[in-house]
Amino acid sequence: MWWRKLEEKIVYLLMVISVASLVILLLAVLISIFVKGTPYLSWEMVSQTPKGGYYFGREGGVLNAIVGSLYLSFGAVFLSLIFSLPLSLAMNIHLRARPKIVNRIRFVLDILWGIPSIVYGAFGFTIMIYLGIKASLLAGIITVGLFIMPIMVRGMDEVMKNVPVSLIESAISLGSTRMEVAFKVMVRQTIPGIVTAILLAFGRGIGDVASVLFTTGYTDNVPTSITQQTATLPLAVFFQLGSPIPEVQNRAYASALILTVIILIISIAVRFLSNKYYSNRH
Amino acid sequence: MALCTNYKTRKLKDQLVSLWIRFMVLLVVALPLIIAFSLFYKSWLILGHSSLSELLFSSVWRPLAGKFGFFPFIISSVWVTFIGLMLTAPICLLSAIFLTYYGSRHLLRFMQPVIDILAGIPSVIYGVWGILVIVPAVGKYLAPMLGYESSGFSIMAGGIVLSVMLIPFVLNILIEIFRTVHHDLFDASLSLGATKWQTIKHVVLRKSFAGIVSAFGLGLSRAFGETIAVLMVVGNVVGVPENLFQPGYPLPALIANNYGEMLSIPMFDSALMFAALLLMVVVVVFNIISRRTIIYLESKH
Repeated sequence: MWWRKLEEKIVYLLMVISVASLVILLLAVLISIFVKGTPYLSWEMVSQTPKGGYYFGREGGVLNAIVGSLYLSFGAVFLSLIFSLPLSLAMNIHLRARPKIVNRIRFVLDILWGIPSIVYGAFGFTIMIYLGIKASLLAGIITVGLFIMPIMVRGMDEVMKNVPVSLIESAISLGSTRMEVAFKVMVRQTIPGIVTAILLAFGRGIGDVASVLFTTGYTDNVPTSITQQTATLPLAVFFQLGSPIPEVQNRAYASALILTVIILIISIAVRFLSNKYYSNRH
Repeated sequence: MALCTNYKTRKLKDQLVSLWIRFMVLLVVALPLIIAFSLFYKSWLILGHSSLSELLFSSVWRPLAGKFGFFPFIISSVWVTFIGLMLTAPICLLSAIFLTYYGSRHLLRFMQPVIDILAGIPSVIYGVWGILVIVPAVGKYLAPMLGYESSGFSIMAGGIVLSVMLIPFVLNILIEIFRTVHHDLFDASLSLGATKWQTIKHVVLRKSFAGIVSAFGLGLSRAFGETIAVLMVVGNVVGVPENLFQPGYPLPALIANNYGEMLSIPMFDSALMFAALLLMVVVVVFNIISRRTIIYLESKH
């Protein structure tokens, strides 16, 4: 008997330690990024492009990467949305009566979600060569758009699946076409969930390196057209950290901090939205 | 009449949208095949040049001499993945049990954002953290403590960083799996006088064993393809590592580091595409097996 109690206590202690370690690990990552990055974060850093080359120049900031990242992620989210919204609507309206097909699509999406981003990068690179486009913002948008598509569809699907069938059926019985049901009933019902899915996909897209490593190129300038090369924040971290010059490394730490802050803002927005969504439903 | 044309345009719109939707469905279902096929097509050259067993098991890597042995990269990938999973497994299992069976709802509500943020942090940030914290820790403390000499940029550092990145991913799946275990089973065991931990050990863990294995299978496929964070701390030296404190060179890092430079040599290009194909095959196979198991378990409950 005493052994059972002791075992229970030991395991309990181990469990508390591992849950606490989650919080500690998160804090450890965030604190090290903040401590290392904050001293170099200045107005100059966010408002100027690097002077004298991103790898060797000691002056300037990372404006090229900030703007490039935003262009890239917005473009990719937009492209992905054109695919994702119709697909998730179809899965939950047009194909609702055929769960076997829907489940098969979900399965494929899960597989797509599991494919590493470096494979998407290699695939994007082959498409790029095949279509004859050079490394550019456009090529990056296509690759990242494909890469975040499964995340977006699964996110939307997750909320649309919960819309009661009776709501759809009553709209159809009143004479709506399926398209009207899709956009006037389904989308309106699930808009916080859709926005959440878009935000999650955006966060994934803005933080990924491996998929844009070969497809966007890298430049010191802010891109002015979709066919130009572009820098992104994660690439700025990755490339500039490898430089032997301390000032350049500092730019990498500042970029890491900016990227982390963007991700934190997205997390907070997602949390806020999903709380709102669930409090509306109950 | 007005009503009639209105009806016609509505009908037409609906048909157009349906067509678009059908096209999307086809595209998505075909996408994994398209990716696999295009990678296979690109790696055709290297497959004709050397035999598969030579590619997989030879450790001679001299691209300029036309020798492509992937063994050092495969073994590095396996080691990094293995360490990552070994370190992440106890933390995830214990936390998932605690959050599902012991913790209050408030705790779960507090922990959910923590897990989500851990999941949302980009891999390059984990890489920076690895360089700042893990690499020096391994080089200065862990390796000397165990009697090895190491710069810190090593398989061990890659595994540790990877394990932290895997935690939110595996933990979320485990929590889902524990939720599918019936509550009456749990209650029945408690009412027979078993302690909570005994119940978990003998009922819950046994019931969800296949699910737990699948969760780690998914974790494995995630770990195998992780690129940037591992690349930044693992050292990237070609060679079969003799111990875990030596640098390694996993497959994704090989692709990421050599891209762009290889375009002038078609065989090298093809070799890297073969690496991507290999990566994809391993990841997809583990994914399919694990997901099938989880779907099967969920359908039983």
